[in-house]
Amino acid sequence: MIRLEHVSKIYPDGTKAVDDISLEVNEGEICVFLGPSGCGKTTTMKMINRLIPITSGTIFINDQDNIKVKTSDLRRDIGYAIQEIGLFTHMTVGQNIETVPVLKGWSKEKRAQRVAELLELVRLNPVEYGNKYPAELSGGQRQRVGVARALGADPPILLMDEPFGAIDPINRVELQAEFLKIQQKIKKTIIFVTHDIYEAIKMGDRIALMKDGKLVQYDTPANILYHPKDEFVEGFVGADRALKGLQLLRVKEVMNRDVITIQTDDTVNLARERLEKTGGDSLPVVTARGEFVGWTNVERLEGSATVNDAMQASSTATDENAVLNEALSLMMASGFKSLPIVDETGNLKGMLTMDAIQQALHEAIQSRETEA
Amino acid sequence: MRRRIVLISILVILIGLTIWVTNMGKVGIFNMFTYKDILVHSFDHLVMVFWPLLFGIFIGTFLGVIVTRPGFSRLSLSVMGLVSMGQAMPSMAVIAIMAILPLSIGFIHFGFNFQTAVVALFIYGLMPILRNSYAGVLNIDRAIIESAEGMGMTKWQIFWKIEMPMALPVITTGIRISAVVTVGTAELAVLVGGKGLGTITFTGVFAQEPLLILQGAAPTAILAIGLGVILEFIENWMTPRGLKIKAANS
Repeated sequence: MIRLEHVSKIYPDGTKAVDDISLEVNEGEICVFLGPSGCGKTTTMKMINRLIPITSGTIFINDQDNIKVKTSDLRRDIGYAIQEIGLFTHMTVGQNIETVPVLKGWSKEKRAQRVAELLELVRLNPVEYGNKYPAELSGGQRQRVGVARALGADPPILLMDEPFGAIDPINRVELQAEFLKIQQKIKKTIIFVTHDIYEAIKMGDRIALMKDGKLVQYDTPANILYHPKDEFVEGFVGADRALKGLQLLRVKEVMNRDVITIQTDDTVNLARERLEKTGGDSLPVVTARGEFVGWTNVERLEGSATVNDAMQASSTATDENAVLNEALSLMMASGFKSLPIVDETGNLKGMLTMDAIQQALHEAIQSRETEA
Repeated sequence: MRRRIVLISILVILIGLTIWVTNMGKVGIFNMFTYKDILVHSFDHLVMVFWPLLFGIFIGTFLGVIVTRPGFSRLSLSVMGLVSMGQAMPSMAVIAIMAILPLSIGFIHFGFNFQTAVVALFIYGLMPILRNSYAGVLNIDRAIIESAEGMGMTKWQIFWKIEMPMALPVITTGIRISAVVTVGTAELAVLVGGKGLGTITFTGVFAQEPLLILQGAAPTAILAIGLGVILEFIENWMTPRGLKIKAANS
């Protein structure tokens, strides 16, 4: 979706702000540019929508060189949200949100519909807030409007420069979680700039850790935490990362995605076969459309006519963005040795096993030992 | 509200004074000016203020805005330097210097005449407009401009849809200040061949008759305050609602 090839930015005075960065961001993923201030993360981001001209190298967006697209067209297809938000204070919330749709010449009806849709998405009542002015909103509300505005014309790509940086810690956590939920629905390709390791781990599918304009490590949050490439990465993620890791690792980093299941209308024999294959003692039961509904095991299958009869109904599950230690306590409370991971419609997406958590914990401890 | 009461009281007092001195008819050996004289001179005064102000609004706003453009940023220092220099000079000096300039620009021949007075007033009245236009555009939050750029607005769109509406309240304040200052300064224009209420005031000055001075000064003050109030009303009407709320909150 976004591909950077040997991208550099050298200012006239010779400063190398960005030094030969190459990376690829997959469609629908959040890629976090992480690093201390002055590492070139914002500069790199701004070269994508050409707010800062590139010195050398190429940035491809959907395999098209971004330098060959007209600047205004390029930017209208890339949502842009910054820490200072930069809402137009002389315009209403609605007018702010429809900025890009207006530029793109959408009809009035379509724009009004889009504004209402986006305000719903960021959980602001369209009737109440559409005609308010930015000065009438709280900081968190402004930030939501900023996100809604960035999504105005439904761009496939979003660039976000510390979008929650100016919000107080409590509201920030809430906004982050909310944004992850939104992202599950909209599945945008996102570049997210931050200097905060916690935020990076929470938000990122992948993290590009930068230092002095160079890309040090481009990896999943788990690998950045447990397999730091060098001392800089190790120092940056912090010495207590074993603890940090469990607290901040998301379910999706460690969950097992290839889950063997049985459908409610399958035969009991098939269920037995599958149980044998997995070698485990219980098997998750799903409906024909994939919704998780419960568990079954050998004892229950014995003498039952259908899988449905043999099922112990259960709704204990969590989503893949849940934090690992929360998921762990949920699993303990449920009494099962695995925790089903479901999406917002209740469909089974994967399984978090005790083994996987132990593995994660083990890795954390091991890396702490090597450190010592 | 309190401000409004003060303004109205001052206006009432000034009008009362004008009526009082005009009704005297004669003070010592001097005939007072008639109501008709006052109206004629007031009209001349306004005409003499109108032209400098009209050109001041267009040229001042244009110059003030253009020096904020990236390509002209170097110009801004010299323009703003000139502005503050002009501002530091007493209005009397600006007017006097204009009158003795041995220059002709187009149909304007500097000397002791109406045109010189108008040009001098234009230059003096230009400064608040120029300064406020410059500051109004320059003080817009950088983040607002950056997000406008980031969303793909063109330079012209940013100028007309963002920068102008946001700078408007500051620019109109500059125009109001300029108008009030120009009405006052125009009193002096009579010394270099201008017209207006200065005629009455300076008759009083040369005759050393305080009541005559008052007969010129009071209507001038009425014009200045009245114009200020009207322009403030227009300013308020033109300011985007979202910006007023901000002013109320901060």
